[in-house]
Amino acid sequence: MNDLGDLYQEMILEHYKSPRNFGVLEDATRAAHGDNPLCGDQIAVTLRMKGDVVEDVRFKGSGCAISTASASLMTEAVKGKTKAQVEGLFERFHDMVTGAGSGEGLEKLEVFSGVSEFPVRVKCASLAWHTIKAALEGSKDTVSTE
Amino acid sequence: MTTVAAPLDVARVRADFPILKTLVRGKPLVYLDNAATTQKPRAVIDAVRTYYEAQNANIHRGVHHLSEVGTKLFEGARVKVQRFLNAADPREILFVRGATEGINLVAQSYGRSTLKAGDEVLITHLEHHSNIVPWQMLRDEKGIVLRVAPIDDRGEVRMDEFEKLLGPRTRLVSVAHVSNALGTINPVKRMIAMARDRKVPVLLDGAQAAPHLPVDVRDLGCDFYALSGHKLFGPTGIGVLYGKASLLEAMPPWQGGGDMILSVTFEKTTYNRLPHKFEAGTPHIEGAIGLGAAIDYLQTLGMETVRSFEDELLEHGTRVLSEVKGLRLIGTAREKAGVLSFTLDGIHPHDVGTILDQEGIAIRTGHHCAQPVMDRFGIPATARASLAFYNTKEEIDRLAAGLRRVREVFGT
Repeated sequence: MNDLGDLYQEMILEHYKSPRNFGVLEDATRAAHGDNPLCGDQIAVTLRMKGDVVEDVRFKGSGCAISTASASLMTEAVKGKTKAQVEGLFERFHDMVTGAGSGEGLEKLEVFSGVSEFPVRVKCASLAWHTIKAALEGSKDTVSTE
Repeated sequence: MTTVAAPLDVARVRADFPILKTLVRGKPLVYLDNAATTQKPRAVIDAVRTYYEAQNANIHRGVHHLSEVGTKLFEGARVKVQRFLNAADPREILFVRGATEGINLVAQSYGRSTLKAGDEVLITHLEHHSNIVPWQMLRDEKGIVLRVAPIDDRGEVRMDEFEKLLGPRTRLVSVAHVSNALGTINPVKRMIAMARDRKVPVLLDGAQAAPHLPVDVRDLGCDFYALSGHKLFGPTGIGVLYGKASLLEAMPPWQGGGDMILSVTFEKTTYNRLPHKFEAGTPHIEGAIGLGAAIDYLQTLGMETVRSFEDELLEHGTRVLSEVKGLRLIGTAREKAGVLSFTLDGIHPHDVGTILDQEGIAIRTGHHCAQPVMDRFGIPATARASLAFYNTKEEIDRLAAGLRRVREVFGT
């Protein structure tokens, strides 16, 4: 049974309306661009690495509540994490939104667990994560959810 | 000539469409995604089933009974299309996969064989990608130039600009009859008159017009007209390209294979006559038969009746949606058909679509394969409710109520 309340949780709506870390990092050491061609969502992620650690991160783009809130909460979650830790988070996050895992321990990111009930919205929730992964890997191409 | 259309009995019409009885999440389906594809009346479903149960065989070549039956049905469907569009001759009706393939056929056959570097093709800013990309492919191959007539804030083509862009190098005009993203009905007769003065042929993309308006290709005076069967209450994978016989005769085939030849040796092939010259391979037989059944069905309603019923629906929709707080209609042309495209203040169209879906309401969200239109209005996407003659005012009211629910969820 789908439940809209599970999808549009208060925290998601709040981050959609006031996204954190929104903008472009002027002294970024890594950047990537992502888009979801089916819906036109676009996102640019800029980040500054100190050694292997994400020291600071920003995102900019336009998208739905799910993709914007996901990007916003992602920027909060990855700060201070190593590349490997970020990739691990994404893996567990992806498992959660596709229904393959519970997401337990993902803390704030658990608000996206309702996405698994809405398969067409999985791409919205994961766009920012695909993009930061590309940035961390130093890929210059635009990543696409297609 | 004024024709007074008989009123449409929507309850009776709805009973002809089995899918409209569907419940979505326990609620009666409100299907408002007709610009993407339309639902099929029982008559179409039956025609396709009967074909496979009692009439299936390959056509044109067989000497046996079933092949003869199939051929008659397939060619009979062509005549139905011819009459529906008021074309002069069934040979002018080519079966293709859809409007997209029809436009590609013109680009690849007519365009490739007649256009040279520097020649111009004129389109408008409100085209579907299917009437942009085929010309860009030709531009990259042949060095032709693509000109784009701008639109105004209502979503109407700027006719002064359109006329200016019709220049000495313009070799083809290709425009939508009706815009899929905005609903604008282009003033195609004026456009054709302007083009004809300069002896420039005109292709109309009729995918979004044929389901809503009477189309008379001879009255319009267009040279080509493309449409999609599945948007016309017929099956997917079938469509029509109308072309004036004189142009089609002069055009080279664009695909080679069976059925499009008269004789083949390794040295030389003689191509078949129209329309077969453009129909290589076994065609979409049941698709054509289903499309013929859809046209029969539409003829019983009458396209004038369909149009006036939908005009009223559109007027009602425009009014009730305008009353929804924060709603902005995108596309407010004075002449419109079938489409209510809109944005809701501070809420992304996708979220609108997901929440409406919970109410059993099917709309489309996104760029509608018309990204330049979205760019023109400075938005990434819209929500689009698109109408057919089986929609009701009550359904539009449910859409408006659904949109108020969207605002509730977002607390705006």
